[in-house]
Amino acid sequence: MATTEPKANDEPIVLDDAIIEGAEKLSEEDIAQVINDMIRTEGGARFKAYLNTCMSCGYCSGACHYYLSRDKEPRLAPAAKVKQTLGEFVRKKGRVSRETLMRSCEIAFTDCNLCRRCMMYCPFGIDVAFLMLFVRRVCHKLGVVPRYIQDTAHSHSATMNQMWVQEDEWIDTLQWQEDEARDEIPDLRIPLEKEGADVYYSVIGPEPKFRAQLIYQAAVLMHAAGIDWTMTEFPGWDNSDMCMYTGDIEMTARLKKVHFESALRLRSKRIVMGECGHAFRSVYDVGNRFLGWKMPPIEVVHAVAFYDELLAEGRLKIARKFERPVTFHDPCNIVRGQGLHEKARSVVRQSCETFIEMEPNREHNFCCCAGGGVINCGPPYKNKRVKSNRVKAEQLMAAREKGAEVVIAPCHNCHGGLEDIIHHYKIDIEIKFLIDILFECMEK
Amino acid sequence: MKSMEEWDWAPGKKIVADLEKWQSGYAAVEEPYVSPDGEKIAAIVKTEEESYTVCVNGTPWEKTFDKVWSLRFSPDNRAAALVSDTAEWSVAVDGATWENWFEFVWNMQFSKANSAIAVAAQNARSYFAVLDDTPWETGFSSMNNLTVSRNGETLAAVVQTTAVKEGDINAFQKGCFSVAVNGVAWKNAFVNAWEIDINPDNRLVAVEVRHSLYDYSIAINDEMWPSSFSAIWRPRFNPVDNSVTAPVKSAGEWCLAKDGELFWERRYSQLWHHFYSTDGKSIAAVVAPTYGKWTIAENDTPWDLTFKELVMDAVYSPDNRHIACLGKTDGKWYVALDGKAWPTPFDRAWPPVFSPRGEDVAVKVEIDGKYAIAVNGKLLDIPFAVAWNPVFSPDGKKLLVKGIGTGKDEGKYCRHILETESLPRK
Repeated sequence: MATTEPKANDEPIVLDDAIIEGAEKLSEEDIAQVINDMIRTEGGARFKAYLNTCMSCGYCSGACHYYLSRDKEPRLAPAAKVKQTLGEFVRKKGRVSRETLMRSCEIAFTDCNLCRRCMMYCPFGIDVAFLMLFVRRVCHKLGVVPRYIQDTAHSHSATMNQMWVQEDEWIDTLQWQEDEARDEIPDLRIPLEKEGADVYYSVIGPEPKFRAQLIYQAAVLMHAAGIDWTMTEFPGWDNSDMCMYTGDIEMTARLKKVHFESALRLRSKRIVMGECGHAFRSVYDVGNRFLGWKMPPIEVVHAVAFYDELLAEGRLKIARKFERPVTFHDPCNIVRGQGLHEKARSVVRQSCETFIEMEPNREHNFCCCAGGGVINCGPPYKNKRVKSNRVKAEQLMAAREKGAEVVIAPCHNCHGGLEDIIHHYKIDIEIKFLIDILFECMEK
Repeated sequence: MKSMEEWDWAPGKKIVADLEKWQSGYAAVEEPYVSPDGEKIAAIVKTEEESYTVCVNGTPWEKTFDKVWSLRFSPDNRAAALVSDTAEWSVAVDGATWENWFEFVWNMQFSKANSAIAVAAQNARSYFAVLDDTPWETGFSSMNNLTVSRNGETLAAVVQTTAVKEGDINAFQKGCFSVAVNGVAWKNAFVNAWEIDINPDNRLVAVEVRHSLYDYSIAINDEMWPSSFSAIWRPRFNPVDNSVTAPVKSAGEWCLAKDGELFWERRYSQLWHHFYSTDGKSIAAVVAPTYGKWTIAENDTPWDLTFKELVMDAVYSPDNRHIACLGKTDGKWYVALDGKAWPTPFDRAWPPVFSPRGEDVAVKVEIDGKYAIAVNGKLLDIPFAVAWNPVFSPDGKKLLVKGIGTGKDEGKYCRHILETESLPRK
């Protein structure tokens, strides 16, 4: 496993032995064949339009937290990332060196969170995330992928969850959380395989593995709101998807098929997803479409929208508001991805005494720098990740100076990323999920 | 085992249990389950002593447990559940536990023909299957996709045959997963293996595999098809000649392959859940002929009727002359028969059920928060608060309808036998 830290000047160096090992097996002919096959078969109109439209105007630069945080390093401008990767692939008709391939791999996997902020500032709406995903897909096809995220993709393929959670471990965790919660609420249930339940609740792999209290809290919330809900005993319970980010879209399709069919088999009316951003992107936007569904075949509701709905309907009541001042971090995939920012604010305002806006906010918010699978590329890239999001630290510090003691982030990857930033930049602010707040403040 | 012919098919309504009375007798009552013959209704209940058991038609099992879950009725009408006592787990059937106890059991399944009971089990992080209280002799470091054959004589599962250290992506990609049949693993290992099919006489087991990160194929009794594809779905045996078909993705489009060769000529945006007529002469599948439009294709010919959101639960009539399925458009569920949708949509619908000669189709549906049975496109006038799937008698002359009533029957579980002559006609 690679352990080298980035150089002080942050010059791109390959940190990951899996990338090196993968590239060493390839000849330039191998690389050219895959790149050209990919461009021929998957480089459709959108791909060509984006590449041919970019005028290198530079508007995207100021949108990118990597570029801004690393002293406006030109190579970190979104357009430059495209130029260094796909630009080379196209210009050299696929005949790029192993070094270019490795560098492209690290740029696509660890210098871009696929957050789509730059797309908003591009005069033509060029989706750089789409292009970086194309690079990742090429890397996947060539077997040149950072080790940690590849291992996670393997877990997905073998277990249908990202944490190597065995089938019995999943059920045992739910029963453990049910037992724990019954100390507080004796008649609480975490219903398993309840056919016909209104709500099918799904979570991401880290919840049973590391954050089981979130399942406990969700169960208490469902109980308090009187929701007819269920979880599944079988694979399909994990709505997350790192294969979407490694470029293994065939495995993304399999994961989403299992997830949707699990909910459909139980005939639930809707899927409610826990507080995760990338999983929402996979379920609501990417995976369903790769399977041939224009929209999800069953209604998909993110936790933020679900909480807002429960509060609006009076099914969830706030007993007393959260007293400490809070700020809110808008996760890219549910805000730029689906526009849940006002619903999130509605929940925050109803449950917290003092809400302090982070600046910029809503769809203009900066990414946590963990998303897009970057945090899943593991420890070799941790320092680069936190250094590449100084602007987020500055956002948090400004909110802290205005009095915010807690930052709410309804996304698992955002939590991981923000925790690292808070620690690295020594910001005196605590991070919570929305359900942490609701659990503390709601009538039970 | 009582055959279906021996069930009580006398026309009329029978109140089997008053569930409201159960509520007062226990600290908690979970959702009920009903036996296939409709004669029993059961629920997991919590006793006043903080233990759990199963209540069947108002009578609890004698033995109580620390925990009970996965209550289900077998095809031969026995109530079975997974039970825990002093941190060990077993299976209880009609109140009697198996002799063997395990660290954990889950994934309870029944063989369709003879109600054999299979579960996945774990002891000391070793995974294995158990069939009617007999565990496999060999355990594996992981196990999934447990599949039981129709007659319960064969159990197959995907198993991990080589341990892999965390992060060892090279070892993983060499192949660590195989298939165990009745506890014996195949010699070959694959990068991944997923859904399994077992042929009718239990001699053949087929599984979808990935033998590199990019190459998908079908393995049958440890022999892979010589061809590979960019994606694949569950294989199926022809019930008569044992040939194997599977949906495969080739050149960016889906097609049905047979014994390793592309079989259907059309290409689809999606193709999955294919199924055979009982005579093996016809194959149908859920397909998307173009992106976002869903229908059924029979022998590579799609219906003209399409749905926007999904098609599922497709089934051949027992006489192989008809196909029924569910379709969903704009949030509403439709029942489709031979390419024509019933005119009235539903808020939810469950798998269509054919009469033995295929002349009638009955479906459990939900409208406006109430449940009912729709027959040949029209609702029966028996509203339910909760309903179960209907069952036709073997001679097709009766229909068994099961549900918890409304109005004066509120809280009462009722079993209705209707004459099919009185049902709405097509």
